[in-house]
Amino acid sequence: MILEGLDEYLTQLEDFRETVLSTMVMVNEIPAPTFKERNRAEFLVDRFSELEMLNASIDEKDNVLGIIPGRVGDRDILIAAHLDSLFDETVDHTVTLEPSMAIGPGVSDNSLGAAVLGTLPLVMERVGLELDANLVLLGSSRSLGRGDLEGLRFVLDNYKRPFTAAVCLEGIRLGRLSFSSIGMLRGELTYRIPEEYDWTKFNSVGAIVDMNDMINRILEIPLPRKPKTTIVMGQMEAGTSYNTLPTKARLRFEIRSESEELVSELATRISFLAEEMTSKTGAKVEFKEIARRRPGGTDFSHPLNTISREILNRLDIKPRITPSSSELAALIEKGIPAITIGLTTGENAGEPEESVLIKPISKGLAQLMALLRAIDMGCANES
Amino acid sequence: MNLNKWIQDNTYHHSAFADLKELVEQKEKSGLTISLCIPTLNEERTIGKEVVIFKSELMNRYPLVDEIAIIDSGSKDRTLEVASSFGADTYLSDDILPEEGAKRGKGENLWKAIYQLKGDIIVYIDADIKNIHPRFVYGLIGPLIKRPEISYVKAFYDRPLAFSDSVRPSGGGRVTEILTRPLFSLYFPELTAIIQPLSGEYAVRRNVLESISFPVGYGVETSHLLDVYQTHGMKAFAQTDLDQRVHRNQETRALGKMSFGILQTFLNRLHSYGTIQSDHEIQTVLRQFQVQNEKYETVEYNIPEYERPPMITIPAYRKLRGLPPLKNK
Repeated sequence: MILEGLDEYLTQLEDFRETVLSTMVMVNEIPAPTFKERNRAEFLVDRFSELEMLNASIDEKDNVLGIIPGRVGDRDILIAAHLDSLFDETVDHTVTLEPSMAIGPGVSDNSLGAAVLGTLPLVMERVGLELDANLVLLGSSRSLGRGDLEGLRFVLDNYKRPFTAAVCLEGIRLGRLSFSSIGMLRGELTYRIPEEYDWTKFNSVGAIVDMNDMINRILEIPLPRKPKTTIVMGQMEAGTSYNTLPTKARLRFEIRSESEELVSELATRISFLAEEMTSKTGAKVEFKEIARRRPGGTDFSHPLNTISREILNRLDIKPRITPSSSELAALIEKGIPAITIGLTTGENAGEPEESVLIKPISKGLAQLMALLRAIDMGCANES
Repeated sequence: MNLNKWIQDNTYHHSAFADLKELVEQKEKSGLTISLCIPTLNEERTIGKEVVIFKSELMNRYPLVDEIAIIDSGSKDRTLEVASSFGADTYLSDDILPEEGAKRGKGENLWKAIYQLKGDIIVYIDADIKNIHPRFVYGLIGPLIKRPEISYVKAFYDRPLAFSDSVRPSGGGRVTEILTRPLFSLYFPELTAIIQPLSGEYAVRRNVLESISFPVGYGVETSHLLDVYQTHGMKAFAQTDLDQRVHRNQETRALGKMSFGILQTFLNRLHSYGTIQSDHEIQTVLRQFQVQNEKYETVEYNIPEYERPPMITIPAYRKLRGLPPLKNK
């Protein structure tokens, strides 16, 4: 029954793109680096109020919440999209719209997700979808990087009753299904040569070379094939000019593993390497844990995941199962059946020329409508 | 007139009209219809967003605007394709009132819009605004809906606070401060209260628009202010701060051409009002200089400020609006 409705959803949503697009543009053009989401939150809460959602409000962490009441209202389903973006306020956030795509920093991560939240009642009205359960819409703050899902965690800790299920919205990539979270630890290594450092005595080569040595040492740590484990060197800052020996460096990395124990073990080893380098070079090398996620999630055969794959197949989209370390992780930690979906396809994620394709958005919306209907009918409940 | 009082009474911030629900109610109560005109020439980079934002926010969400039309001067890029792909009505300027011939210039598009569009109020918005937002329209319409005595609402923009190097904001820029405001100060001091007289965004009642002539080139904004002021005085004007406007910045030489056109219009107006009397014919050639192989040479631009007559005098327009033909036509 759910799958049969998809074709009609698609037809009904074909010309709905303008509403989502214009909201996406306006969301995107309000800069919202992590911890500075307030302006974007205010825009979204205005939308929630205009759409007559219940309890439209911004909480103390700058999360935006609004409720679309269900016919029965005995259960709460959470729909979440993070509001913060990777881009600083100084970056030009304007969006260019071409007939086939929208281009601008952050459009896919996650202005499109936030725009779908801000237009959801209209989408549901367009397809005539009414649910028994309440839908709790959350534009979450402080999600990325150092934010470490603070906004979502705050809601999960303080919401008056548990959520039956949750759907996380990401701009890209349509076909993506994440229902499990891998173990993850984000760490930061800072290298600092003290002011009183005697350069001649230690024959120092500076922060970059020492940090390079550090990276090599980390990469020499043997990683098992099973459980799957990787270390991602994500970001490095050091140096000021061609000929000045840098005295500071910062490395940001992420350990990912299916095994929580292995994540801890690797973190300990990297911490030891930092201590070793401190003693060898005279520089101060510090390890700091920024964020941690526990592995978990629902099984491949969980009804929520099964119906999600079926919906995508029916839309002629090949499901791509990927573990997630974002919002989903906080939901999994609370034992809430949850899934992350993508809304369209796009390119240059994380770059200023980030883009999303316009046409597939209707499929992304149709997918969401069908999924909400399925959850409302109880598919998130394993029994 | 006390200019400070005028500024206090007739200067708004767009946020004063942000309650669109209320604005739509008042519009419907007054029975006004509103048309949005975007004149274009090679604006494929920005036109899509303008159409999507205005259509979605001001037609679908809140029915404040009754029609959106792109009037194009013959773009060589995909301006019309992009605009129509997002659902705007698109027109080639040359196809409107073909019996009146075709002139080149933004003013021509604005003038022909009076014939083509149906609204009691026409809002003109430039197509090159990167940070487009519904406020650009509702901020200008607001005073017209709320105050029947206002006929002409002009936009102005506060300076942006900070932008990356790739975007240079411009607003009440160099031509205004070096040319227009000094000229107004000399001859029409009250008009100096218009903070950005050259801004390309304004909303006007049809009965005023159809009664003024339109220079087709750079002088159109200046002539509007002068003519409306001559006929109706300052009480007909209001202005709205639309915050930031991010668009392409123009080089000084291009501003020279613009100033040349504005000066022509201004001097012609002084002449026609009888403010100055001179038999000297105004030249239409602007000369600028360049250096080629260490030799200085003149570059000449012929910039005639051709003017379209008031639309109310055009027979086809009178017929369209159900007005009797003019006897002397």
